[in-house]
Amino acid sequence: MRWLLLKDLQVLRRSPLQAALLVAYPILIAVLVGFAISGSPDKPRVAFLNEVPDDARVSVGEKELPKIGVGDRICERVECVHVKDRAEARDEVSSGDVLAALILPADLVDKINSLSTPVPSTPEVEVIVNEDDPVKARLVNDRIGALLTQANLVIARRIASEGGKFIGLVLDGGQLSVLGQAIRILGLGNTARILHAVRATMAPSPLRKSLDEVLRFTTLTRGNLGTAGTLLTRLSQPIALDKEVVNGSSPPLETFAIAVAATFTLAFVTVLLVAGSLALEREENAFPRLTRGLVSRSALLTEKVLLGVGVGLVVTLLLLGGLALFVPLRWDRFGLWLLAIVGGAAGLGAAGAALGAAAREVRAVSLLAFMVTLPIAFLSLIPAGTVGSGLNGVIEVITALFPFKPALQAMTGALDPAGPELGTALLHLAALIVAYGLLARFALRRFSAV
Amino acid sequence: MEARGLVKRYGDREALRGVDLSAGAGELVAIIGPNGAGKTTLLSILAGIAKPDGGEVNVPQGEVGWVPQQAALYRRLTVEENLLLFARLEKHEDPRRSSEEMLELTGLGERRGEIVARLSGGNQQRINIAIGLLARPSVLLLDEPSVGLDPRQRARLWEFVVALAAERGTTVVFSTHDIQEAERYGRRLLVLADGEALFDGGAEELRAAVRQEAPEAAAQDFETAFVAFLQHRGH
Repeated sequence: MRWLLLKDLQVLRRSPLQAALLVAYPILIAVLVGFAISGSPDKPRVAFLNEVPDDARVSVGEKELPKIGVGDRICERVECVHVKDRAEARDEVSSGDVLAALILPADLVDKINSLSTPVPSTPEVEVIVNEDDPVKARLVNDRIGALLTQANLVIARRIASEGGKFIGLVLDGGQLSVLGQAIRILGLGNTARILHAVRATMAPSPLRKSLDEVLRFTTLTRGNLGTAGTLLTRLSQPIALDKEVVNGSSPPLETFAIAVAATFTLAFVTVLLVAGSLALEREENAFPRLTRGLVSRSALLTEKVLLGVGVGLVVTLLLLGGLALFVPLRWDRFGLWLLAIVGGAAGLGAAGAALGAAAREVRAVSLLAFMVTLPIAFLSLIPAGTVGSGLNGVIEVITALFPFKPALQAMTGALDPAGPELGTALLHLAALIVAYGLLARFALRRFSAV
Repeated sequence: MEARGLVKRYGDREALRGVDLSAGAGELVAIIGPNGAGKTTLLSILAGIAKPDGGEVNVPQGEVGWVPQQAALYRRLTVEENLLLFARLEKHEDPRRSSEEMLELTGLGERRGEIVARLSGGNQQRINIAIGLLARPSVLLLDEPSVGLDPRQRARLWEFVVALAAERGTTVVFSTHDIQEAERYGRRLLVLADGEALFDGGAEELRAAVRQEAPEAAAQDFETAFVAFLQHRGH
């Protein structure tokens, strides 16, 4: 078997384009993914134009609220690119330098303040987006929607807080500043206390009866206003989030991206190499000569899978080494990486052997390998719950039958302890190795046909 | 080597119908016949690549060298790498020495480092045969070995094969379309048509049979007379 392995490596060395691709591919993927992960901004870039005058304040009744700083809060959540005017904002969006432009118009605060007047206007913020890409458009809509919700929440909280203070003043009394002068407010509590004191001195009379009605009204009003105060506070955030994680924690997105890049590389290198090299035995007419007693069919299949595992291991480690230049990797888990790569490569190699045994020519096999691997790899990346349950079930079955998904799970689990369980993924791969091995062995019978 | 009553079916079609063949040491046997006669099927069964549906094959196990019609070698390896690989797979004690022997035998010693894909069809066929010989066979099976070769290459190939039989005592069974080639190099000729053995004997005996069964064509060249013979036999 080792001589066949040596022969395949010699053949690989004699195919400079193929060998160069095998080395260049992981390096290119590593560099691209590395830059994408390390160089991508944590916050989306948004052009920001704030035309609201500095001294504009949202007011509640006669009272102006302190400066809320909506612009500052927005820029905490996105990377703000401050622009001078609308034209510049539009240029930034058109050129793709920013995801969108957000404009707070000069009359925004006036319109917010008009909400408490008999002729309310609708406060609006302006958004400029480039929707040439539907995915990007959806992302921008989601981001801007979230930002606007945040801004509304901030204003609502501040209004609720100020409103609550007014209600407190009506209930409990205190000082209110109007046009620079402090006015003492008695408050319903104090009013009731005074009225109770007055009532105690009065003999039963129609006037005392009327006083009782006033006292009852005061009590009812205090109770209702107290509830209204609580409601007003709750209104600013009526629903709180209570998150419960069911299936363990998930690894960071960067780790998942690295696992995806590594598994893609492993899949293409291994499946194409094993399938192509098995088909080459037939294309070179060497298969009947080899299996006339020199090598058994099972040994030949094993040799091809070992070739895929060896080359896949080297190429994937090269890719991970390249990625380590950009993002920190857990080198203390290197042993687990090896397990995951070898397990994944063996599973993918077995699938490659089955594909290689199914077609006569290397070109046909390569095309078949691409046509099978690429869509299944993409299907494996669709998160559960993002499609209908029926379709999700179909995708689950399809992806479970091909080694890409378990290889990805093994890789993610090996790279980060928060990832899927490595043992389960390796068991899944072991089952697929046996299944595809048997399939390949069966398909090889067709090779013998003269 | 002996085969008796060989039958092979592909679905409903009978590729071989009770064919007998025997060959002694150093004997050169040519299998001739039109396309689809069953020549490759017969050689494949003798080589152990295909299994017969009926009949018996008695060949020394592991001593049969198989040289398929299409050169079965690795075109991206050099001449020497191919020979070394198969010598190692044949578990030769000294693969390098065996490889050297084959290079000498094929006369390709000076081109040992060349990639096989860059060699002519004739030279590729010589390596193909040399690989077959690495099994140190007492029987060598050649499936249409001269197809695609120019006359010079063909002559060199046959010089090489005849020497194998004469000097090493190797039994050589080869198939060919070319009646002249079969007549020239085959000491015995087996005529196959539609899976049936029509004739087994020497070239002179075949000529006599052709003259007897197709007298109208006897005056013409041997190939034309042979075709007339096949027609008389219903093929």
